[in-house]
Amino acid sequence: MSGFDKVVTSYEEAMAGLQDGMTVIAGGFGLCGIPEGLIAQIKRMGTRQLTVVSNNCGVDGFGLGVLLEDKQIKKMVSSYVGENALFEKQLLNGELEVELTPQGTLAEKMRAGGAGIPAFFTATGYGTPVGDGKEVREFNGRPYILEEAITGDFAIVKAWKADRYGNCVYRHTAQNFNPMAATAGKITVVEVEEIVEPGELDPSQIHTPGIYVNRVIRGTFEKRIERLHVREEA
Amino acid sequence: MALTREQIAQRVAREFKDGDYVNLGIGIPTLAANYVPDGISVMLQSENGLLGMGPYPTEAQVDADMINAGKETVTAITGSSIFSSAESFAMIRGGHVDITVLGAFEVDQHGNIASWMIPGKLVKGMGGAMDLVAGAKNIIVTMTHADKYGNSKLLPECTLPLTGVNCITRIITDLAVLEIRDGAFYLAEHAPGVSIEEIKKKTAGKLIVPEHVPEMLF
Repeated sequence: MSGFDKVVTSYEEAMAGLQDGMTVIAGGFGLCGIPEGLIAQIKRMGTRQLTVVSNNCGVDGFGLGVLLEDKQIKKMVSSYVGENALFEKQLLNGELEVELTPQGTLAEKMRAGGAGIPAFFTATGYGTPVGDGKEVREFNGRPYILEEAITGDFAIVKAWKADRYGNCVYRHTAQNFNPMAATAGKITVVEVEEIVEPGELDPSQIHTPGIYVNRVIRGTFEKRIERLHVREEA
Repeated sequence: MALTREQIAQRVAREFKDGDYVNLGIGIPTLAANYVPDGISVMLQSENGLLGMGPYPTEAQVDADMINAGKETVTAITGSSIFSSAESFAMIRGGHVDITVLGAFEVDQHGNIASWMIPGKLVKGMGGAMDLVAGAKNIIVTMTHADKYGNSKLLPECTLPLTGVNCITRIITDLAVLEIRDGAFYLAEHAPGVSIEEIKKKTAGKLIVPEHVPEMLF
């Protein structure tokens, strides 16, 4: 079964083949469930002119925000980018392009991309700037806009555990966009907290089947918290 | 007297029915979770992929893998479920969420809402707001009736770029509860101590005032 062993042991191997101008789909919501080591590797590689598809763009100095430091990102496709001063600066001086996409539409674009569906109709964004220039069709008396799927040259994903065959499970809300991202990359790389042997994960509890996954690497994670909010013990 | 943020939240919570699945936006809507009436259970949906959101964690419960849509640390209640963003928005777009409560810059008498973009100011993004207003069955907007200069935020037509068209059902402001009915704002309740005259003065859109306007209950 060695043909199914997806495990790689270095970040160089994990991101091998990434080139200037490519599209990278990244899982994560804010700083939760982001492939920290894979992002760091892209920074080390210095790959430029990237289109990055991710719900957010990290914060200054962490997450995808680090790729802004050396101007590696040409375009972001995101639903919300408000947490990042460097992002704001590069956007305002024209060094960075952003395509704001409603969060559910973004998730569905990735899902559709991974499922071989080139486009879909949705009510989201009809009558708003998001719908400008897009085809409108009425179904059952309601207008919908046509949105196109997204695929990436690479997808970078954070999972909790994976087995050697690339079957993945996510932990808590660190799941978010990761399962859709995993399906939508020509090369999907998953960074995990723990690699286990095939059979150790319950087959009926797998979130992402290994067929979508090309490479698995074990990482160590800082898991920075963006907004710590605690309540007093009762 | 105009209502405080807490009082608006308290009034919002009276909209909840036992067994409702509810999505609360950031700000006043989130506060409504603190005022769910006795005997009523609602399950809170957080669009990053959590149904059954609980209170903020204690210091010991903090878990970086457990956040809400505002990216704050949070907990999950017993009986919650956690899923992907696509699943989360399938339940939103598919009309499975009973009530969505969100803030706005402006609403108009056709049920349109503008809540994400002010031209000339930096646009941070719409997040999940466009999906929520396009999908939920019952969309309640909370906002102050007028801006700090006294200009009405309830307009004949929104002036800002829209978040969604013909979608909102109710507006709960610091002065009143209004419904969208036949292309007009229908005055359903007034806040205690707030006159009908004041509401009329601060509503730029078409306002229907029935013979009897009940006072808001909390």
